[in-house]
Amino acid sequence: MANAKTNSEDYLRMYRQMVRIRTFEDNANQLYLSAKMPGLTHMYSGEEAVAVGICEALETRDKITSTHRGHGHCVAKGAEFKQMFCELLGKEEGYCRGKGGSMHIADQSNGNLGANAIVGGSMGIATGAAFTSKMLGRDDVAVCFFGDGATAQGLLYEVMNMAALWHLPVIYACENNGYSEYTKTEEIAAGSITDRARAFGIEAHQVDGQDVLAVNALTTDLVARARKGEGPFFIELMTYRYHGHHVGDINREYYRTKAEEKDWKENRDPIIRFRAHLITEGLATEDEIEAMNAEIAADAKAAVDYALDAKYPDQSEVDMHVYSGITHALA
Amino acid sequence: MREITLSQAVNEALAEEMRRDDTVFIIGEDVAEAGTPFKVLSGLVEEFGAQRVVDTPICEPGFMGLAVGAAMTGTRPVVDLMFGDFIFLIMDQLCNQAAKTHYMSGGKLSVPLVLRTNMGATRRSAAQHSQSLHALVAHIPGLKVAMPSSAYEAKGLMKTAIRDNNPVVIFEDKLMYQDKAPVPEEEYLIPFGVANIKREGTDITLIGTSSMVQVCEKAADILAAEGISAEVIDPRTIVPLDEATLLASARKTSRVIVVDEGHQSYGVTGEIASRINEKAFYHLDAPVLRMGAMDVPIPFSPALEDITVPTPEGVAAKARMLVAGEMIDAA
Repeated sequence: MANAKTNSEDYLRMYRQMVRIRTFEDNANQLYLSAKMPGLTHMYSGEEAVAVGICEALETRDKITSTHRGHGHCVAKGAEFKQMFCELLGKEEGYCRGKGGSMHIADQSNGNLGANAIVGGSMGIATGAAFTSKMLGRDDVAVCFFGDGATAQGLLYEVMNMAALWHLPVIYACENNGYSEYTKTEEIAAGSITDRARAFGIEAHQVDGQDVLAVNALTTDLVARARKGEGPFFIELMTYRYHGHHVGDINREYYRTKAEEKDWKENRDPIIRFRAHLITEGLATEDEIEAMNAEIAADAKAAVDYALDAKYPDQSEVDMHVYSGITHALA
Repeated sequence: MREITLSQAVNEALAEEMRRDDTVFIIGEDVAEAGTPFKVLSGLVEEFGAQRVVDTPICEPGFMGLAVGAAMTGTRPVVDLMFGDFIFLIMDQLCNQAAKTHYMSGGKLSVPLVLRTNMGATRRSAAQHSQSLHALVAHIPGLKVAMPSSAYEAKGLMKTAIRDNNPVVIFEDKLMYQDKAPVPEEEYLIPFGVANIKREGTDITLIGTSSMVQVCEKAADILAAEGISAEVIDPRTIVPLDEATLLASARKTSRVIVVDEGHQSYGVTGEIASRINEKAFYHLDAPVLRMGAMDVPIPFSPALEDITVPTPEGVAAKARMLVAGEMIDAA
């Protein structure tokens, strides 16, 4: 197995990234609940070990495609709070100059090819990024994040077929959080999800998505092998979505119980688990972890305050970026 | 000047651009050894190899999506969609992904992609292999749409499309693949958004797209024999549209017929007619007429199919009525 994150600096960085995602989401939720955020958003809370375990196995040049539940991937691939909150609020300094919002948030300079609001919509894009890598003789890898709900889309099977035929360096990362919007996954997915990938001859793994070290170790190995032309790969990451499908999905007992949510939050939380590991292994003290958490909370608050006061884009930007090379499409 | 077929012109354009830029590649169904059912791509795989002339499984959304991702990461795909009718299969990847990526990323990502496909009825291919669906694509901001009317345009517009940093859709009329036209040996490009005045006239303007340019020219011949002077204009690209040239002609002749092979309702003819009405109204002596394909699925029987598309005689008849003032009451 290639080198997974093993030293204390790497471990602390993974912990920090998971807490940054949770903190970002807690603030985003508050912005929604206090009606300071336009539109709505889909929380990544509970799934942090997936994005962080995978993205910590990648280099900046590696590509990812993200989903409507994409804040976690964005943070994990290296984005900053300030530009992220600006994007969430539709401000000029957002990563997409306020044109994308929560569902299209991405720090493109770190290899994030965008969050996609069509379920399964980015599967071709990630596969195409891997095609470029192979065609141009690069060794970058592409990771395609999507949910269990997206496994019902036909596009996945079309692109896995091509990726397998052409040995493309792409990793299909299925975040199985148990629910396809408001419906249990078992009601929408026949048979085994990993077996579907295996039908194309794609090596498929299932991993505990609440265990950041397990996710990172597996991904690190697969990334190294994909760089050598052994791809594609498929990973099903068993995880859980703490919030509803979106922030407005409050009363959800018709599709899942509070007891179930409580169990995942108290007994399988990826941050609580990894924090305990860090302390048991002597990699950090309680005080150090509390200090890190406080620093992240302060960063987030400062970024939120900044974004709330930041400028909206000038109205003249409305017809900018419609076409590359044309400043104003309607001029 | 030498004359070559439209098919050869497209082939030459692709070969020249692939020699010029190693990142250009062709992808689609049976594009390599088969050279497409129309043999437009014959010989290219022999020169450029299977890595750059890529045969795919039959999965239009899959290879279209793959091409979008490839374009976003440093290559210039030319996607071959065997029949224009299959555009319905790729609508999400074309219209939700390719068309919007530049905008949603605030200008940070681009999709330099060409979608080559075809249009045109009267080939006895029935309702799913005969449609002219360019209006659907032209409706979506972020896409450019080119409609070559001869081998000369087919080559020059293709070369421009490949060098453009935006998604461009080129509709070739499949009945024109064997039509010859003068094409210079030396390199040339045709800029987008520049209409071509095919024939000057003073009494009426006939605006035609793709093969309807020939229909308009034949109609102009018929009219000339009767002493009616028709101006024929080929917009060459419908997005961007050279509105200024069309308006100048409308102001000069005061009568306009717009002829296009898409269905007449909610189509290109209506859009162009509307712009002329809005911006040249006081110069008009007659209502601007639309002549598109009949609003029925394209029938198989030759007896039925031939009456669904505009003909030179039909265009000449309408023009005659407009010039005689007979259509004014019908408005």
